[in-house]
Amino acid sequence: MKPSVDRIGDPWGGRVPHGRHEPWPARVDTHLAEGVEAGMVQRWVQAASILHSDGDAMDIAVVDGRMVGVRGRAVDRVNRGRLGPKDLFGWQANASPDRLTRPLVREGGRLVEADWETAMGRVVSRSRELLGEQGPGSIGFYTSGQLFLEEYYTLAVLARAGIGTNHLDGNTRLCTSTAAEALKESFGCDGQPGSYDDIDHADVIALFGHNIAETQPVQWMRVLDRLEGADPPRLLCVDPRPTPVARRAAVHLAPRIGTNVALLNALLHEVIRTDRIDHEYVRTHTVGFDELAARVEDCTPEWAAGICDVPASRIVEAAELLGTADRLLSTVLQGVYQSHQATAAAVQVNNLHLIRGMLGRPGAGVFQMNGQPTAQNTRECGADGDLPGFRNWQNDAHVEDLARVWNVEPSTIPHYAPPTHALQMFRYAEQGSIRMLWISGTNPAVSLPELSRIRSILAQERLFVVVQDLFLTETAWYADVVLPAATWGEKTGTFTNADRTVHLSDKAVEPPGEARPDLDIFLDYARRMDFRDKDGGPLITWHDPESAFEAWKRCSADRPCDYTGLSYGMLRGGSGIQWPVNGQAPGGTERLYTHGITWAHPDVCENYGKDLVTGAADSAVEYRSLNPDGKAMIKAAAYLPPHEAPTRDHPFQLTTGRTLYHFHTRTKTGRAPQLNAAAPDVWVEASADDAARAGLGEGDLVEVSTPRGTLQGRLRVTGLRPGVLFVPFHYGYWDTPTGVGPEPTVPGRAANETTITDWDPASKQPVFKTAAAALTLVARGDGTPAPAPTTTASAPTAPHGVPATTGGPAAHATQESAISRDTEEGDR
Amino acid sequence: MNGIKLALRTLHHGERDLVDDLMKLSERHRTEHEIHHVATDVAIWSREHVQRLADTATHYDLDLDGPPGNSSPGLFAALRKKASEVTGNRPEPGLLLLRDLRETHLAATYNSLHWEMLAQAAQASKDTRLLALASSCHPRTLRQMRWTNTMIKNLSPQLLTSL
Repeated sequence: MKPSVDRIGDPWGGRVPHGRHEPWPARVDTHLAEGVEAGMVQRWVQAASILHSDGDAMDIAVVDGRMVGVRGRAVDRVNRGRLGPKDLFGWQANASPDRLTRPLVREGGRLVEADWETAMGRVVSRSRELLGEQGPGSIGFYTSGQLFLEEYYTLAVLARAGIGTNHLDGNTRLCTSTAAEALKESFGCDGQPGSYDDIDHADVIALFGHNIAETQPVQWMRVLDRLEGADPPRLLCVDPRPTPVARRAAVHLAPRIGTNVALLNALLHEVIRTDRIDHEYVRTHTVGFDELAARVEDCTPEWAAGICDVPASRIVEAAELLGTADRLLSTVLQGVYQSHQATAAAVQVNNLHLIRGMLGRPGAGVFQMNGQPTAQNTRECGADGDLPGFRNWQNDAHVEDLARVWNVEPSTIPHYAPPTHALQMFRYAEQGSIRMLWISGTNPAVSLPELSRIRSILAQERLFVVVQDLFLTETAWYADVVLPAATWGEKTGTFTNADRTVHLSDKAVEPPGEARPDLDIFLDYARRMDFRDKDGGPLITWHDPESAFEAWKRCSADRPCDYTGLSYGMLRGGSGIQWPVNGQAPGGTERLYTHGITWAHPDVCENYGKDLVTGAADSAVEYRSLNPDGKAMIKAAAYLPPHEAPTRDHPFQLTTGRTLYHFHTRTKTGRAPQLNAAAPDVWVEASADDAARAGLGEGDLVEVSTPRGTLQGRLRVTGLRPGVLFVPFHYGYWDTPTGVGPEPTVPGRAANETTITDWDPASKQPVFKTAAAALTLVARGDGTPAPAPTTTASAPTAPHGVPATTGGPAAHATQESAISRDTEEGDR
Repeated sequence: MNGIKLALRTLHHGERDLVDDLMKLSERHRTEHEIHHVATDVAIWSREHVQRLADTATHYDLDLDGPPGNSSPGLFAALRKKASEVTGNRPEPGLLLLRDLRETHLAATYNSLHWEMLAQAAQASKDTRLLALASSCHPRTLRQMRWTNTMIKNLSPQLLTSL
């Protein structure tokens, strides 16, 4: 029988233990709407999750043209049938009654319904006007990490070669641009070296600022299954919060916020001092070791202990763990990427693997993780600040090659400077040089730093804002034109997860009303704008997802992210496949760099590197002299103090982050009843010490303020590092009375009201982790606990009086360990 | 020996000027967030250079000041800050930014040339103390130059074509 589990109260479900070097056994998770039995399902349609970067493969259950549930795909290499809480329940948002079903246009200051002809007519006429008046630099595109590959590629072609603008970026900038930059700095090219299967083989797993239990819950299930099996791995956790990872770790370090580089330099110091180095690997495959050794020579554990405020002995223990690992797997996420010196710190984790020779073998891998589900595609397709196919904008041969693929003159493609990053685009809009901003699938009025500034930019009369989304988001309130989009399950396309696995996601149901797939909207715009190639033919020659995918394959040919061996046919019915897929690797590529470094040669590399402190670009000449043979690059970095330190008025360090039950600005997860009920409102976490000192207790209404803004929430007292406050990000205002922002009646709620406008100079990723903040009491609690889950890092230190987070019958999902053949029948 | 004193004095003066340029850049362009933060970060390097030059100078019978203070910004700094916030949504300050970046770049280049001269003199006179000083400071001056150069390259297309 299939056991039924409350997957809100027990987010990771039951264990299926597996020993080291054994394959991860399947466990098929299924959740169907109330009253629906498996036998009633008319069709199961193949898809994969876009609510986090695992890319869990699943099938959508369809009855009478409606989605009624989901089931994990046992055959898939990524999740082996498992689904996280967001996968199990998030699909319900598609059918929300408040979906946008018709385009809206602004008339006399108000948004009113219109038809597509009117809405697109306005977008096109404004585009033409601006191109005539001011040129392509006046138009910018800001997209998502949740569209499909085909959509990003089409957008990249129309923006870079059609409009000819350099201003195109994705919200992946906020979550994974540091992952990409760190990979480029070390390996000359983006692309994760490892595979999720490395979890099955590692004996030490080190998680740097990565709360995998909440951000990639299915891979955490895999870690948990290993922890229960034979020869379990030992975990190192670096995180200021008492995360589920920290609770299971052999060594947990909770450093002062903003000191990652100091900590990593001390870890490297210890590994080098104890000579736990693979000298042969270093000699054969790397450059730059001597500089690193010199840089960290004085970075003793005692030195770092003073900066990071962790015991030196604990740093030594952590270094022992890293230094004695036989197969080391490291993962890095927002605790590093959204913090001070992001790229410099992430690169030090790569260095650790390079000097220990921990790459290219099962279990020896490094994950510069993704937060957004299709982040990898914005990066590959050139929708996020790179040229498509990991081409190097500073390399004229790469630009010529891209121009050949698109049949345009190289001068058509802007490459005089790096593609503009998101925060700079908003700056240009603030200054008035960008006059039209087309925002697709993202919600900057909640997700960017310093929200009052973002709102004032979007509200400017001179800026024409186009918003393409599922709902009337906080951002859409500021739009001149709102385009209703179809989403996952309502359109077909492919996307690639954090370990390079490409999945196909098929259309299961019709989108509501007149909503259209993002691809159709972009194609319609390109047609109306009549973009042409250099021979006068249409610039964009494809017309549907599959033909767009075929076009992308031509663009990816002979590039590291080579898709030429893939097809919809190969992906449909089967499981995900990892790029590169081509003549040499027809079945895909599980691990990169198995025989040395592949893509760092000066003629191939994606960029020539940057100064990790200033972001200054290195030139081709410098790169060639540093790395003539295309080896991996070990890059040292000195620690610098964070830009905003606590003061008497703002004595705390404020850090923000994603939690288990919500995803990007909650546009979907906030509309899934089980997920919303588990974490319905913002809260504030403080340590027991700090709460006691301030005379505050669980459930008190508190205000967090920084020099930029304030927010209010109920207090949750946790085992967080003292001196730190944590606020979950992306609680916005669509489900409050104003719908758009804090007003006299609605206090601030979004964490980003308070965050600083500052970004890593190398990756241009904004800093969401290091604001200085004050904490004050607004009102004593009335016995209501903070609306924070008890199942996660937000667990209260004093559990009495705080009811455990549960989901009740509506949150039950079945899990089936041994899958029988007949349940697989009729899946495809 | 007098030539070395002269070079030390010139560099000391130049690095102090660069601290000043970078801090002005930082304050005047507060709404250019990357400029604001990075300028402050790389000004720390020049402060260190000033200190190290002053320390080294004592061995050559030369009395040079330490780095300029950075504790409380003066009235002009406060005005610059305020002005940058008030004009933050206008396109014209973009030109001012390019001008300030250019001046800072030239100031760093000026210092770079003097580090070069000092290093050459150190080699000729087999003065290891001076050579160590120049070889540890000069790379950071080059990084300051590359940064201003990169920012000018990245920003000028937009700022100059949108006016």
